[in-house]
Amino acid sequence: MKKIDYKDKGSILNPLKNLQFFARKPITEKLEPRTASSTYRGFHINDLDKCIGCSSCQKICDNAAITMVEVPSIKEDAAKGIRNLRPAIDYGRCCWCALCVDICPTSAIELTQEYVHTCDGDDTDSYFVFPQEKGIHGLNFEKGWTKTKDSDLLDRQRRPMGEVKPDARINNFDEIVDGFTLKMAVEEASRCVDCGLCEDACPAHMHAPNYIRSIYEGNLEQAVEWMYETNPFSHVCGRVCTHICEDACALGRVDVDGKRNSQPIAIRWLKRFAMDNVSKTKIKQIAKKGKSRKRSGKSIAVIGAGPAGLTAAYDLAKKGHKVTVYESLPKAGGMTRYGIPNYRLPEDRLDQDIEVIQSVGVEIKYNVRVGTDISMKQLHKDNNAVIIAIGLQNGRSTRVPGSGHKNVVKAVDLLRMIPQGEDFNIPKSAVVIGGGNVAMDIARSLARLQKQKFNKVDITVSALESLETSFLADDDEVKESQEEGIIILDARGPKQCLVSDKGQLQGLETIKVLSIFDEQGRFAPKYDTSDIKTHSCEMVIEAIGQMTEVSILGAELIEKLDWNRGRLKIDKNGATSVNWLWSAGDMVGGPDVINAVADGHRVADDINKYLQ
Amino acid sequence: MRPENYQAVQLGDSNEYEIFIGPNHPGIEGNYALKLLLDGDTVVKGTTDAGYLHRGFEKLMEGRLWIQNLAIVPRICVPDPAPMEVAYSLAVEEIMGIEAPIRAQWIRVLQLELSRIAAHLFTFGGHAATTGMYTPMYWGVADRDLVLDLFEDFTGGRVYSIYNIPGGVRRELPEGFLEKLSNLLDYLESRQDDYDNLLFTNQIFVQRAKGVGILSKEDALEYSVTGPNLRACGLDFDVRRDDPYLIYDQLEFDVPTQEHGDAWSRILVRRDELFQSIRILRQVITKLPSISGPIRTPIPNPLSWNVPAGEAYVRVESSKGELAYFVVSDGGDKPYRVHVRGPSMMHAVQTLEYLVTGARIEDVAQIMFSLDACPPEVDR
Repeated sequence: MKKIDYKDKGSILNPLKNLQFFARKPITEKLEPRTASSTYRGFHINDLDKCIGCSSCQKICDNAAITMVEVPSIKEDAAKGIRNLRPAIDYGRCCWCALCVDICPTSAIELTQEYVHTCDGDDTDSYFVFPQEKGIHGLNFEKGWTKTKDSDLLDRQRRPMGEVKPDARINNFDEIVDGFTLKMAVEEASRCVDCGLCEDACPAHMHAPNYIRSIYEGNLEQAVEWMYETNPFSHVCGRVCTHICEDACALGRVDVDGKRNSQPIAIRWLKRFAMDNVSKTKIKQIAKKGKSRKRSGKSIAVIGAGPAGLTAAYDLAKKGHKVTVYESLPKAGGMTRYGIPNYRLPEDRLDQDIEVIQSVGVEIKYNVRVGTDISMKQLHKDNNAVIIAIGLQNGRSTRVPGSGHKNVVKAVDLLRMIPQGEDFNIPKSAVVIGGGNVAMDIARSLARLQKQKFNKVDITVSALESLETSFLADDDEVKESQEEGIIILDARGPKQCLVSDKGQLQGLETIKVLSIFDEQGRFAPKYDTSDIKTHSCEMVIEAIGQMTEVSILGAELIEKLDWNRGRLKIDKNGATSVNWLWSAGDMVGGPDVINAVADGHRVADDINKYLQ
Repeated sequence: MRPENYQAVQLGDSNEYEIFIGPNHPGIEGNYALKLLLDGDTVVKGTTDAGYLHRGFEKLMEGRLWIQNLAIVPRICVPDPAPMEVAYSLAVEEIMGIEAPIRAQWIRVLQLELSRIAAHLFTFGGHAATTGMYTPMYWGVADRDLVLDLFEDFTGGRVYSIYNIPGGVRRELPEGFLEKLSNLLDYLESRQDDYDNLLFTNQIFVQRAKGVGILSKEDALEYSVTGPNLRACGLDFDVRRDDPYLIYDQLEFDVPTQEHGDAWSRILVRRDELFQSIRILRQVITKLPSISGPIRTPIPNPLSWNVPAGEAYVRVESSKGELAYFVVSDGGDKPYRVHVRGPSMMHAVQTLEYLVTGARIEDVAQIMFSLDACPPEVDR
């Protein structure tokens, strides 16, 4: 660098040296828009198929330039977490900061290299643009600023959940999952973009974004308050919910690199955390909020103290009605108690949910079997309305040869016996038929009993579905049961149960499954009968589905009611064709706790309207 | 002068008269007005009138999420926006107790120095124009445009980069960028003779600038003058060297100074600084490829991002002088208070009023521009 001294006077001739510029070739630029750089922040494009309408772009926009507009032509799918809202941009406000691009969970919205837009006369509306794939003028400009791994603003990884190690947990029925610490819960909650897709997807429409926010703010009581607005089974759902919400979560989509490794918020574990960390007394106070002080003078009978029946009872009791629940077993909870093993849902948590429900004025009569101890007619006479919510208590049979043997049992029956401490001969080896969560529950429960008694696990699960493509049980269940030493044989169907001449069960023969459904999508498995395997065992357990037990209704009522393929026919509010009878839960809907809870609310609402 | 601020004053019998300069005039980039009381051609008293570009940034920031403020901070100073976002990010990082990865720090330096070059080129042109020479202005703006091309390349925006984020920078440099940068630096160096011939060794300009708007060391300190204006008075202070941030302590550069504190000294300091920036950028070009690693320290999901309660005061050296952000968090998702210590306010208000007193009317514009104040930053 040439140094110029302060004292330099310069010269009058120096500027004349620049006369040489006359000899230089002039630089002329064409009067047309030049191509922008490959990271340019120009006008938006939006891939309408990738976009899920979560409105994160709208929330982060610092100029309020983005409005979510409803696009009726896009099909909404709450379970998959797709809304028909799509962003429209006001270019009078936009500052092209590209924060909308960097927050988009699905990388749908991006910026292009296009930057010229003029309007004629008063056509200022043309600055309000609905971005689509081809860009503002349909010119298919190259992409400019797109999201990269670095610029992605979302926290895509879950806080890892601690678990008891397989060799420790197999020894007992203690709960497997550790639960969050406060720090983990707050961090996990902070990942939420507050889109509400989870709330749409949840059958009971739990206010997940609100309670996640409350947990994030450290206000657990507030979180529980949000939960009890929609779900009196929050302890249960915090542990065993099928978490449809998490499948719809905006964060559980493809990551920036197109891989499916972005993880949804652990909504279920957050719920569990909040419930576990608020005292029972406080939860009772919260549950009582909004309870009517006036007695309506109406009474309702609920048959079955499962999630559906108790939810309806809870709602109706809060409305000031007298509610009596009839339960044939010695304890309440239905399938949550007599179907879900303790290692997934500890009994004390379930007890607490039920205690809270009872505390709002629900009376439960145990060991009363409707149909034998009290008739439907009597119930009708004594009450203004009756709800039947008895679930699916009878296991289905495969009906393969030999399935009538006494050592071929139904999973639901065994699952009911285990928590009651009933005695049965624990088999040294067993084969479970079925690939759903019930099959996993019985296999894992039995594995624990085997471990306690024989110090050895010998259980095989044989399922029609293939592990890679269509397996029914949750991934976690499959992974954990395999860790516990359970062998899963997928894509195999039962051929027959082998019984010796002396009448002893010897094992199960299975054949390879070629396909499960026919071209119309109906259940019609095809087998390769030449591929036969034999699994020797002392017990075969069928876990292929359940049926309801309708005989309690009594012949007269069965005749009177409308049926649909053996199922009780109900309208959208759960009302049967008889005007004083409603039905809810697994027996008419299903297939899980949260659907039962949703059913319970629906029925309670309808009854409440009916009673007024 | 806005009508509501103006009251016609009936002056007694005297030779003095009042004129208004601005809000649009050649003395400054942006809108900024000056009311002058003149006796003949000599200024008796100058009164500044700021506020034309007031957008209430500091208040706006209190109502926006931490991340959203990234998009508005660069707008505080149009010609030199990079230090704004870097200072804001550094302040937030300090409160959060995180630090940007080394590579991000080098990239930030790259961005800051490029921005300084762009700002100085703009000033050369503007300053020359106040003396009636328009060619340097065209040159300055044209050459600045080449720098903006590079900004577009790696930040996606020509003027407002919005490239920083607390924890680092938003994007990796594009492929071949350093080579492009190197070419640009070669070009700028090759332009040195042209600029020198036309401006810095042009007797007409030198004579016009010398001895105009003299600021003594003591006055400079009195009026809180910083940056090149301070160094032109012989005070050798540069935040980059004396209170290093980012990786400035690993770089070699001189801090140019002059002794006389006049318009000529000020533009000479800026000229020399531009070449120091080129020197720094050359070091970045050599060093950056050997620094691998991430460019961002993760921050929480910006939609629920509570910055822990605390406060930070972070200063950086912008092309105008010492720029600082005082950020206070009450633990919420938005800043509780942000105060910007912009260098231009001290230069354009008290210093300017002081310097124009006794100056000749034809020098007023030059004095203003030689202070290189930025009205949007004065008003904020």
